[in-house]
Amino acid sequence: MAKKKTATKKKASKKESKTAIKKSTKKSAKKKSTEKINSAVYVNGNLQGFHPDGAALAARLREKRRMNELNYEVNVFFNDRTNEVFISTDGGRVRKPYVVVEEGKSRLTPEVLNRVRSGALSWEHLVKMGVIEYLDAEEEENALIALTEEEITPEHTHFEVLSSTIFGVTSSVLPYPEHNSAPRITMACSMAKQSLGLYAVNFNHRFDTRAYIMYYPQKPLVSTDLYKSLNMENKAAGQNFVVAITAYKGYNMGDGTVVNRNSIDRGLGRAMMLKTYETEERLYPGGQKDKIEVPTPDVVGYRGEEAYKYLDEDGIVFPESQVTGKDVLVGKTSPPRFLEEISVFGVVEEKKRESSLSLKSGERGCIDSVMVTEAPSGNRLVKIKVRSPKVPEVGDKFASRHGQKGVIGLLLKQEDMPFTQDGIVPDLILNPHAIPSRMTAGHLLETLGGKASALGGMLMDGTAFSGNTEQDYEKVLKENGFDEHGEEWLYDGISGQKMKVKLFIGPVYYQRLHHLVSNKMHVRSRGPVQLLTLQPTEGRAREGGLRFGEMERDCLIGYGASMVIRERLLEESDKTIQLVCNKCGMFAYHDFVKNKEVCPLCGSEDISPIEMSYAFKLLLGEIRSMFIFPRIILKDKA
Amino acid sequence: MAKSSAKINPYSAVGIVAAQSLGEPGTQMTMRTFHYAGVAEHVPTGLPRLIELVDAKKEPKKSVVEVKLLKEHSSKESHAKALAKEMESVLLSEVALLQEDMAAGRILLKLREEDAKLFGVSIDMLKEAVKKTVGANKVEQRGNKISVRLKESKEKEKPLKELRKLTIKLRKALVKGISGIKRSVVIKEKGEYFIRASGCNIKDIMKLKKVDPSRIYTNSVMEIEKTFGIEAARNAIVREMHSVMELQGLAIDIRHIMLLADAMTSDGKVKSIGRHGLSGEKAGVMGRAAFEETIKHLVHASIVAEDDNLVGVTENIIVGQTIPIGTGRIKLGMKAKKK
Repeated sequence: MAKKKTATKKKASKKESKTAIKKSTKKSAKKKSTEKINSAVYVNGNLQGFHPDGAALAARLREKRRMNELNYEVNVFFNDRTNEVFISTDGGRVRKPYVVVEEGKSRLTPEVLNRVRSGALSWEHLVKMGVIEYLDAEEEENALIALTEEEITPEHTHFEVLSSTIFGVTSSVLPYPEHNSAPRITMACSMAKQSLGLYAVNFNHRFDTRAYIMYYPQKPLVSTDLYKSLNMENKAAGQNFVVAITAYKGYNMGDGTVVNRNSIDRGLGRAMMLKTYETEERLYPGGQKDKIEVPTPDVVGYRGEEAYKYLDEDGIVFPESQVTGKDVLVGKTSPPRFLEEISVFGVVEEKKRESSLSLKSGERGCIDSVMVTEAPSGNRLVKIKVRSPKVPEVGDKFASRHGQKGVIGLLLKQEDMPFTQDGIVPDLILNPHAIPSRMTAGHLLETLGGKASALGGMLMDGTAFSGNTEQDYEKVLKENGFDEHGEEWLYDGISGQKMKVKLFIGPVYYQRLHHLVSNKMHVRSRGPVQLLTLQPTEGRAREGGLRFGEMERDCLIGYGASMVIRERLLEESDKTIQLVCNKCGMFAYHDFVKNKEVCPLCGSEDISPIEMSYAFKLLLGEIRSMFIFPRIILKDKA
Repeated sequence: MAKSSAKINPYSAVGIVAAQSLGEPGTQMTMRTFHYAGVAEHVPTGLPRLIELVDAKKEPKKSVVEVKLLKEHSSKESHAKALAKEMESVLLSEVALLQEDMAAGRILLKLREEDAKLFGVSIDMLKEAVKKTVGANKVEQRGNKISVRLKESKEKEKPLKELRKLTIKLRKALVKGISGIKRSVVIKEKGEYFIRASGCNIKDIMKLKKVDPSRIYTNSVMEIEKTFGIEAARNAIVREMHSVMELQGLAIDIRHIMLLADAMTSDGKVKSIGRHGLSGEKAGVMGRAAFEETIKHLVHASIVAEDDNLVGVTENIIVGQTIPIGTGRIKLGMKAKKK
């Protein structure tokens, strides 16, 4: 390592001790040392030695790197505040290429550029020639980087290879990020990851646990350079919606949107969900095994003939059958959990358990494909892919590429939607309040660009700093006889009256996000309870209730609504009636032989049935298990 | 009509309502703090101060005392400044140099003239202060030097240890001013000069001349309880809490705070809200166990065979009974016929 030598050669300074602190009296004047202090030199974070001039050292090392005497992966950073030089040769540093500028002149001269064009020079050549160099986060602090070649002044040290590369990969895909506020870009990036599209071209052969495929994805009318280089056009995740900006019928308040129902019927935003269910023939200790078959009525837990109606003879569903609710997908029987008693005839009677795989409650779909393979353990494994169409409905989430998300608030028939004089009906109506406070001017510019694109018959470029401008769009719109600002007269779909103002309308690329109402909606009036506490279960997957928590309880106390609390926490939860001995306060039992209620502790038959919460009964049981005897002392109600 | 509509209904859960009315704005309180004009030190306000009040801490983080002068002196800045200086405490170590002479068994003190002049301390004051702290030991003065000689005793085997103890005591000895008062600032408000000082010692401040004893105030609830009694402490809690809320711009009915203060002071001493105070003294075992330190309460209850008469709200919810509040408290009665 050449550079390591340069660093370690320098002798450590001996003059350090000179700055010993004198005993200071109040009147003593401070002396300023005119001597130059040596710079500390660190290599990969370790102090290697000292150098009389850190800035010069850094400059020399860079010079060597540009002459390819030093590896191009080495970065040097001089901190003039602390007078330290950091040389990094290790891994884990994110680095970015820049064109080197020297004395106000780019090293990427027209001659070099021509040789690149002719194919004589490659990127690697440019790096080795010192035309392009990679800077890490530390060395960037020493550089002054121009955005474009035109901006270069004598102070500049580098300029951007491409001005839009100041954005990362995810944000480079968004159109006009330089016109939006930073938080909205962040939001747009994270939402783009939730969009439905064509996630893999071989989706038909894959068995992903959960996947969404959009039926008719389109390439955006306004895209970016990087969007194209990433080949995103061929696996798009969105559609170009015609968007009008106005309040309409009060159904697009607060990030709601009014969507054209006929557009949806024509396939707008339509997608399908693919979900894979799987089950395995497990092996049990003792050589017993699960069996995939159609269960017979003698199996313990038989669900009735109706549940197994879609099963083939081999116990697996037919592809393309429409399944709903708790229909069985794979019939399976398991050996009993415990060994059976030996019957009268001395033969062990094997009673099988039902352990079929069924569709989750509340879901519906069509069996897309069935796969029978072998699990890593060597057992027979069945995977079943269920396909459910997901037509956009009220509550489904959509977003443009500018952090403008919203849910459908109303599906309106096309005849009730507003229309332009050319008969254009918007697919989606966005509320104007969504724009000013969020400062997403990029959204508006994309609308304009989309409109120009549709009228001019060409795709537009929305790359940051270099894409098509507002003026470009205005020109196209004007040429096509449209208002240059993208505004048009619209007519109310219900009254047919011309609206009082012109509306801003044009196509915008919208993404459908995977937060679908049909996967989230949940109700419960009665339902399953937990085994231990007898209280209602929790969570949508278990058909559970919503927790009535401590703070909710406090509110009811605040109202003095005792009876409501009692209903929530007892009657609708884990109410139980327990027998309690009047004499000793122990739980009693009903002796069915004598048909009497008896206390197991004192033998008393003076017993009352008491209403209490099952959780309390459990608590007392737990306390008793620790050899502490809690008594329930009963009294007549006054 | 207005009076009766302002009345609260019988069996209303006033405690819960007060707790919610104080607690909900508490979640909105910012950690941002406002500064008192004058005293440079940081006096806690906002949420930390509220917690301090509710916890009934012995000593607030930074106590502040406001001293107003008698009406006839209050318009003169010089009077206020003089009083402020009089109040500020000066410790011995601030004006004198201490030296231990282990061999001779004595401590040498030397007045630091510069500092002494600054604080207005004379050698006589120093001597007085030394005499007060050393007790039976011998004190001699020579010029601006004072020496303390340990009194001889047979039983004491370790005079060195005694000497060191005395030195430490001497260092903290009060030479001048009122103990506990550190910094003081003169502030003008409404044409009146008054003093705001850090620390508090109401009892001693009240004895000073020119001080108006009826207008003295401190933010230390404990100090007020000590000097003026429980009723004053209750008023101090109300006042302090209300001012915290007002400073944050939160409007809370003062009666919620009054209820809280009443609960905290109802049995003659200031109690905290929490497991060491109000909630820890609840009647029911299950009510206490449901709040904090579940196991501790259950174990104790089982050792001493405690009863729970199910009087509280929590207990009845655990058991599964109607809670004795609001509609749950109302019962229908019938008079038996007289025969």
